[in-house]
Amino acid sequence: MQLNQNRMPIYEALNNFKKERVVPFDVPGHKRGKGNEELTNFLGDKCLAVDVNSMKPLDNLCHPMSVIREAEELVADAFGAAHGFLMVGGTTSAVQSMVLAACKAGDKIIMPRNVHRSAINALILSGATPVYVNPGVDNRLGIALGMSLKELEKVIKENPDAKAILVNNPTYYGICSDIKGITELAHKHGMLVLADEAHGTHFYFDENLPISAMEAGADMAAISMHKSGGSLTQSSLLLLGPNVNEGYVRQIINLTQTTSGSYLLMSSLDISRKNLALHGRDIFEKVRSLAHYARQEINQIGDYYAYARELVNNDTIFDYDVTKLSINTLDIGLAGIEVYDLLRDEYGIQIEFGDIGNILAYISVGDRERDIERLVSALAEIRRRYKKDRAGMLDHEYINPIVTVTPQQAFYGEKYSVPIGESIGKVCSEFVMCYPPGIPVLAPGERITKDILDYILYAKEKGCFMTGPEDMKIENLNVLK
Amino acid sequence: MEFWFTEHHTPGVNFSIKVDRQLFSAQSEIQRIDIFESKDFGRFLAMDGNMMLTEKDEFIYHEMIVHVPMAVHPNVKKVLVIGAGDGGVIRELARYETIEHIDMVEQDELVVEVCKKYLPVTACCLDDKRVEIIYQDELKFVRNCHNEYDLIIVDSTDPFGPAEGLFTKEFYGSCEKALKEDGIMVNQHESAFYNDDAIMMQRIHKRIVESFPISKVYQAHIPTYHSGYWLFGFASKKYHPIKDFSSTRWNARGLHTKYYNTQLHVGAFALPNYIEELLRDVE
Repeated sequence: MQLNQNRMPIYEALNNFKKERVVPFDVPGHKRGKGNEELTNFLGDKCLAVDVNSMKPLDNLCHPMSVIREAEELVADAFGAAHGFLMVGGTTSAVQSMVLAACKAGDKIIMPRNVHRSAINALILSGATPVYVNPGVDNRLGIALGMSLKELEKVIKENPDAKAILVNNPTYYGICSDIKGITELAHKHGMLVLADEAHGTHFYFDENLPISAMEAGADMAAISMHKSGGSLTQSSLLLLGPNVNEGYVRQIINLTQTTSGSYLLMSSLDISRKNLALHGRDIFEKVRSLAHYARQEINQIGDYYAYARELVNNDTIFDYDVTKLSINTLDIGLAGIEVYDLLRDEYGIQIEFGDIGNILAYISVGDRERDIERLVSALAEIRRRYKKDRAGMLDHEYINPIVTVTPQQAFYGEKYSVPIGESIGKVCSEFVMCYPPGIPVLAPGERITKDILDYILYAKEKGCFMTGPEDMKIENLNVLK
Repeated sequence: MEFWFTEHHTPGVNFSIKVDRQLFSAQSEIQRIDIFESKDFGRFLAMDGNMMLTEKDEFIYHEMIVHVPMAVHPNVKKVLVIGAGDGGVIRELARYETIEHIDMVEQDELVVEVCKKYLPVTACCLDDKRVEIIYQDELKFVRNCHNEYDLIIVDSTDPFGPAEGLFTKEFYGSCEKALKEDGIMVNQHESAFYNDDAIMMQRIHKRIVESFPISKVYQAHIPTYHSGYWLFGFASKKYHPIKDFSSTRWNARGLHTKYYNTQLHVGAFALPNYIEELLRDVE
């Protein structure tokens, strides 16, 4: 890092602005909270005082020239990127901007199928065609893994005209592909590498964690600062490598991003970036050690499997993010989602997600050792009180998709609604997913099979929160005519 | 000069004791620990600003949390004490010669050290050869015990702070597992007079009811705790606190007590209607 990372240009500008006591005859209409007492009492007047509009001393997110520009330069410096954009539409908007910047209608983009819905959404917007690489699947855990370099090589050979490759770094569960190898391969074939680092902010600040996208030479990376980085929900970053045109990417971002960027979100990015740059190493050392301790204790309970680097196979699991506390629950005869529900309803513990066979507890700088003890004890109690026979448990999360038409064609195509039970063999025109993790079970353009239907019905029965279709009860699906 | 210790019992109700002088103050890794000297209550211990005990009224709490279960269980040999760094619970337990071993699990070593130095009234028996003090997270300790204890006494601080893990379903469930099939758990059960306290008291009761087949609440008058009126929980897998209680057996031990007696034992379980209703609501 070259710049003075103690600086927080947006935060400093907001503090100066408060001192000026400028009379607001601009938006927002709550006028520093005075016009909405209930909201001010709830959020606090400090918060409302800096919920302000773009103006000369505070710069403008759509066209940054001063303090936002400086904040972006500090981001780039801290993350080792050529440029960094502050994003206020979540990492979803960062992922979509990457895809839209790399692909036009008709272009091909190579990606693993276990991407977040935001990536496939971007294909609906852009009209790009996905070329899916089979991620490896771990049979014991039942989860999709990373992309194998060999498999990717084959796909590149078959699709030399593809424009870009999208990589999860890491997956929600913490699994990393060989992003450095992928980047070398992609660049050799003139393709861009886009990294979804929604779950990898911390990689930039701890050399004991897997390699970050920018260090691996990737061209763009979408970073959820609000996850492990500590900023406010919905605030994110989009990083660029040296070979990407910053001005063009800004135009792409401005296609869909608000023109009223929130200063609450931007200042939270500014403050969190400084904190990470100065203290990230210590923070993530503590997080690693908490996660490591929790894993040891959980694996001692029996039947639970809290996994980590022992999974690494130098291929589909090239590396593992040890800050993630992912736990397989199938051996206690409970689906992950059932353990997730028990933790919240019976023990007052909210974890990040539960799916068919796994749960993920999110460990961060905000956790205390005694909270970890509660989680471990609650898991021990759940096993003691609720353990069942494993028979009848569905044990896989991932089903290979049969892509029939592009997501855009399917989404905008002529469609009709059928009861879900009668949908086998038809081509779905909408998403079906459990949220979280938000990885589609079905994406627009994919054929509905018995396997997929069984999975959806099983997930519904176990209490997964299913989203995507027009019919919010998921009793009917839209399919192509 | 006037120097007062004040604890907020609610945002609008304070409890104050005039302090003669402060004997000790330090911040451990876990909490702030203070010891004061006063004319009316003698020495007293505060943690994170909350009143823990005074020399004048500690006997009520410690007698009630120990002698009630000891008069019900006919044969207590092995005891687990959670928290209780001041030593008061150990002092009362140590009077029973039939107890063979006491494990005491306390998070904060400094509490024990300070109490030994400044509160010999309660800490006098911490060196009893039957007592083993383990400095560890209590939840972690209990998680790893199975079918071991005849009696568990949970003498924790208040539920907002370092002890919050000791008011959870996972803790009470782990205690149930750590007890033998006729084991008893007694816990400090907070107060129920002020609304916020009552809500917490209900939550504690709900979680114990979910973990134990027998779960009763009893009361005592403790002047320096919230509203001066305090509750204890009696949870067990087998023994009923009244039906299985033997006054002759306990009286035959010939222990002299200042608050507890076997008539009061029965009366302590006769609760005011407003408390009975609060408890019924969560049963």
